[in-house]
Amino acid sequence: MTSAAFLGLAHVLRRLGAGTLAFITRLGFATRFALAVIRNSPAAVRRIHLTLRELYFAGVLSLIIILVSGLFVGMVLALQGYDVLIRYGADESLGILVALSLVRELGPVVAGLLFASRAGSAITAEIGLMKATEQLSAMEMMAVDPMARVVAPRFWGGLIAMPLLAALFSTLGIFGAYLVGVKLIGIDAGAFWGNMQAGVDFRFDVLNGIIKSFVFGTAVSVIAVFEGYVAKPTAEGVSSATTKTVVVSSLTILALDFVLTVFMFRGLGV
Amino acid sequence: MPDTRLPVAPAASRCPDIAVELDNVTFGYDARTVLSGITMSIPRGKVVAIMGGSGSGKTTILRLIGGQLKPRSGRVIVAGQSVPDLDREALFEMRRGLGMLFQFGALFTDMTVFENIAFALREHTELPEEIIRDLVLMKLQAVGLRGTAPLKPAALSGGMARRVALARAIALDPMLVMYDEPFAGLDPISLGVVGQLIRRLNDALGITSVVVTHDVYESLKMVDYMYFVAEGRIVAQGTPAEIRASDEAYVRQFVDGEADGPVPFHDPAPAYADDLFAHD
Repeated sequence: MTSAAFLGLAHVLRRLGAGTLAFITRLGFATRFALAVIRNSPAAVRRIHLTLRELYFAGVLSLIIILVSGLFVGMVLALQGYDVLIRYGADESLGILVALSLVRELGPVVAGLLFASRAGSAITAEIGLMKATEQLSAMEMMAVDPMARVVAPRFWGGLIAMPLLAALFSTLGIFGAYLVGVKLIGIDAGAFWGNMQAGVDFRFDVLNGIIKSFVFGTAVSVIAVFEGYVAKPTAEGVSSATTKTVVVSSLTILALDFVLTVFMFRGLGV
Repeated sequence: MPDTRLPVAPAASRCPDIAVELDNVTFGYDARTVLSGITMSIPRGKVVAIMGGSGSGKTTILRLIGGQLKPRSGRVIVAGQSVPDLDREALFEMRRGLGMLFQFGALFTDMTVFENIAFALREHTELPEEIIRDLVLMKLQAVGLRGTAPLKPAALSGGMARRVALARAIALDPMLVMYDEPFAGLDPISLGVVGQLIRRLNDALGITSVVVTHDVYESLKMVDYMYFVAEGRIVAQGTPAEIRASDEAYVRQFVDGEADGPVPFHDPAPAYADDLFAHD
């Protein structure tokens, strides 16, 4: 090996090592931050009006995008599903296909991705701007802990909002599928709802979907408050933190979804 | 029984006449030293200015006093307590006796002016809302902005926001108020108003004031004592009369606004000719 190639390889290894170390350091810091948020959670309960306010911002203000997306995803799913099922004469199974797809996967995942883009980015930007304009420092100097006053209520607001939004997403999705499948295409309504009722198990499907949306909500909320809190106190820093929240949350949701699915449905032979 | 008492300023210092004492304080980030051997004492009831150019370490001194930073070495004593040695609970207890005005006010933008000033009262006391309302209006009256109570900070001018922040800083009747560049970006009228307010509130409420600023003329009019900080060291100190009469080179450059002097006009760089002919 020539010395130039050796130096090049050493450079690549050094970069890789530095990147890995930085990643582990940040992960450790984020974990400690998450623990601090949980430690300060009793404050979010004591200041319940603040948590409710954040629930409104993260939940109620995300309703439009969640409901409309859910409706359209359900309608498209019904069209695509019908196209395949009709080939095998199984078009009456459309209800169960749509319901399982939404409750198990698309509800928690797509609602999580939308939640990260709409509410997660807003939480990061708000905390980041508070830091950039020294509002967090001012709070500390007034002997008020920003972790308890600012971070914990936003974390809990996001965490509570996410499973509710995912449930609404799935509900509207199923309604969208009903509109397309029953009202537009003409599938029998009794078969649509009956197959769905018979084929969807509460513990296996619905509860697992709720657990997934709860886990995604926790992940997105932690990432959003963390990125805002550690953002560089500049316009560029806040902008970068907001982008990071969306990217990291989205990748985390997809990775967690795979891991959770493996554990939840391992009885299927996975 | 709800606690309706206002927080009490920390107990008297070992030297009761001294509110803040820094003894041979050194501070830095990694390899960069920001403050080196800073020694100063701030007597109770006085207005003391810490002056110096941008990046000289003035604001760092305030953050050391408030316990937001810890020194590498040396002692920081506030009201008889060693700030770096306080645990989080004791530090927050001490801060209840401090007020701080940030450079651009740092008002909470999601709250009204009223809520900003009521914030600390609501957080630290269980006073009835009627009492809080009266206290907030009294503080706003003191800074001449009682009419702005229902407004959001975005509706205020820079000078008004600074005055509201000043009212917020004195909401809990602190024993010490720290001002970080209170004159930055203000028009001459607002600048004069804020300067007079700092002096008047200090004397009327019997508090101690530390003003970090680079506005030499406004400071000379209102402070009792001045420290000049350059490159992390105290290079001069004295009463306004002593500073005016000083022939110390740094003080003269600062007071007279000279472009060149102990603080050079040119930032360190390779020789001009070398740079110009570098492509040859």
